[in-house]
Amino acid sequence: MDIEDIQIYVETPDSPRLDPTKQMPSWILLITFMGTRKLSSNHVQYFKQLLGSESAVIDGVSKDASADLEAFNCDWLRKYRGHTKLVLRPKSTEEVSKIVKYCNDNMLAVVPQGGNTGLVGGSIPVFDEIIVSTARMNSIRSFDEMSGILVADAGCILEVVDQYLAGRSHIFPLDLGAKGSCHLGGNVSTNAGGLRLLRYGSLHGNVLGVEVVVPDGTIVDELSTLRKNNTGYDLKQLFIGAEGTIGIITGVSILCPQRPQAVNVAYLGLESFGKAQLAFREAKRHLSEILSAFELMDGISQELVERVAKKKPPLEGKHPFYCLIETSGSNKEHDDEKLEKYLEFVLSNDIISDGVLAQDETQVQSLWSWREGIPECLNHWGGVYKYDVSIPLPELYQLVDDTRERLSSAGLIGDDESLPVVGVVGYGHMGDSNLHLNVPTRRFDRDVEKELEPFVYEWIQKRNGSISAEHGLGIAKKPFIGYSRSRKMLDMMKDIKKLYDPNGIMNPYKYI
Amino acid sequence: MSTPLRILVPIKRVIDYAVKPRVNKAQTAVETAGVKHSMNPFDELSVEESVRIRERGGVPVDDILAFTAGPAKAAEVLRTAMAMGADRGIHVEVDPEKDGGELEPLGVAKLLKAVVEKEKNNLVILGKQSIDDDAGQTGQMLAGLLGWPQATQASEVKFSAESGEVTVTKEVDGGVETLRAKLPMIITTDLRLNEPRYASLPNIMKAKKKKLEKKTLADYDVDVGRRLKTIKVTDPPPRQGGGKVDDVDGMIAKLKDLGAI
Repeated sequence: MDIEDIQIYVETPDSPRLDPTKQMPSWILLITFMGTRKLSSNHVQYFKQLLGSESAVIDGVSKDASADLEAFNCDWLRKYRGHTKLVLRPKSTEEVSKIVKYCNDNMLAVVPQGGNTGLVGGSIPVFDEIIVSTARMNSIRSFDEMSGILVADAGCILEVVDQYLAGRSHIFPLDLGAKGSCHLGGNVSTNAGGLRLLRYGSLHGNVLGVEVVVPDGTIVDELSTLRKNNTGYDLKQLFIGAEGTIGIITGVSILCPQRPQAVNVAYLGLESFGKAQLAFREAKRHLSEILSAFELMDGISQELVERVAKKKPPLEGKHPFYCLIETSGSNKEHDDEKLEKYLEFVLSNDIISDGVLAQDETQVQSLWSWREGIPECLNHWGGVYKYDVSIPLPELYQLVDDTRERLSSAGLIGDDESLPVVGVVGYGHMGDSNLHLNVPTRRFDRDVEKELEPFVYEWIQKRNGSISAEHGLGIAKKPFIGYSRSRKMLDMMKDIKKLYDPNGIMNPYKYI
Repeated sequence: MSTPLRILVPIKRVIDYAVKPRVNKAQTAVETAGVKHSMNPFDELSVEESVRIRERGGVPVDDILAFTAGPAKAAEVLRTAMAMGADRGIHVEVDPEKDGGELEPLGVAKLLKAVVEKEKNNLVILGKQSIDDDAGQTGQMLAGLLGWPQATQASEVKFSAESGEVTVTKEVDGGVETLRAKLPMIITTDLRLNEPRYASLPNIMKAKKKKLEKKTLADYDVDVGRRLKTIKVTDPPPRQGGGKVDDVDGMIAKLKDLGAI
């Protein structure tokens, strides 16, 4: 969606409030008018002096730098486009503090940006907000092998950190497809979920402390390395998942578990979603403490990966559903024995139709690529409508069937080039009741959007699900938060925003 | 009608390809304790090719025998080979601690010669090298000991049912080389030959019921005495970090400094 396509409804403090739960097309963007000012070359001059080096400022105000700015203005799905003229790449928390203070004093809007791998446009400016990138703040500050507590800068890349920890027999409690690009600060700001949440829990539990620059420029140093601290409101939780709306996270302290010695991966073919649920229940029974991932992929998702990546599928025949199971433990023999018993059980009781078991690390990675490669492969045709939802497990896949049915009867799906929709795909973290409903399209089409929204949101609301399980709100889901949160909750959230960011300079126009 | 094939596939359990090996403190060997091990990737290609020869038809395959010599845990890779389609396995238990170190290529080749004679194999498909010591000698030595033709680093293997001849293509610098030979023969495999299959669950279950014979070096009565002595094992020198220059003049000055121009 380009910014020109968006009808802008400017909400001022005096205007009547719209009720987002009422039917509302998604291209209307609610914008709360904050009165931020336009960027001038004087401002740019200040930042250049502050940050010193040339490479720390990408200046599109006094010269044309659109090529350099492109990567910051556009997300990887090419779905959102911002119009920033200035990117700042501070090297330290102190620099971030000075930037934010100056912006607050001068009413300049700021968008914090990490690896820019978000899926809801949270890291992309809506207009010409200044981007503050964490890319140059990338050192690991400390790691204690005894407690497993890591303290690191916000700009550290997840995979780099995980490699660092691997050398010290530990593992980062979060893993996701974008690990090669995403930053820790972004992960924490968006409360990223990922592939191992089933085993290690969410960042709300694993993050022990944060260092944040709040909108008036103050550095809030809450880099606690304590596991227990019941003294007052646990305010760091506010910043986890706040998507940079009440401050910029500049450092995190996080509890990292011991790296498992033995990892096994099995890839299973199943004939129905009902069987997948049985397989999951049995997995919990047989594998309990070593089960580290239980992922669901439907038949079409795997067919599309095969078509795009041109790889040979792991299983001979086609199956309506596939599951990927990962176990992680400390003793290979024990794990092998448990997994073998489980696989024998599900195979002999006809819960699964077929399956393979990785025999070496290369096969482990290659089986994972059939799950992790889905989002990238779906991008192949053009755009993808993505819904990241949480629904009670028994009805998890029904949403995909119902959506497919709806788009089919509207005559929008097919292999023919003239039809906008390639297919309706469902996959996700079955272990966390988290489904990714994806609709790959050949082009963005209003008719498709009209069929999808608010249908999908209403479907989820009826089942008390969440419209955004792990991707967050950003700009994409902002108008729909009312489907998952009550009016009272929204008011409390707005109060918090007003309290910490009275001028509305932090990542404006998004979130709530 | 061509002679039915009795294929021998020697395989080895090695440190997993994806694991970064570490040299032990005493600098005598690579650390193996607590490190993930798997089948040597080149041997996976040999197993896969043997199974494909059977599946392709054309020549009848009587037997695919997976063979390994190594510690007790080496039996794991035999199970994998049988899950991929080998008919049976032989495991000669060799404990490097007790038996005076790992077998050397010549020792393995002598052992394989004894196996071939006992099991009446007419085709041996080996990986071109094992990724732990990278010697790349066993196939050639075995061919020499048996006096059989050899085709190394195969990227394609074809059987002619009428003439009983085997055509093997190998990739060489600047092109491909095609060899033709009559059975019995030795083939060593290279990466381009095939893409090994996954071990499917039903086949893993079936493999448990396949015959896995345990043997000892004494059963084959060969001299596997070590002839080589490892003096020292060290890491390769770490890569020197690069530096940045500000402009073209800076680069020229730097190159002059280094004596490159």
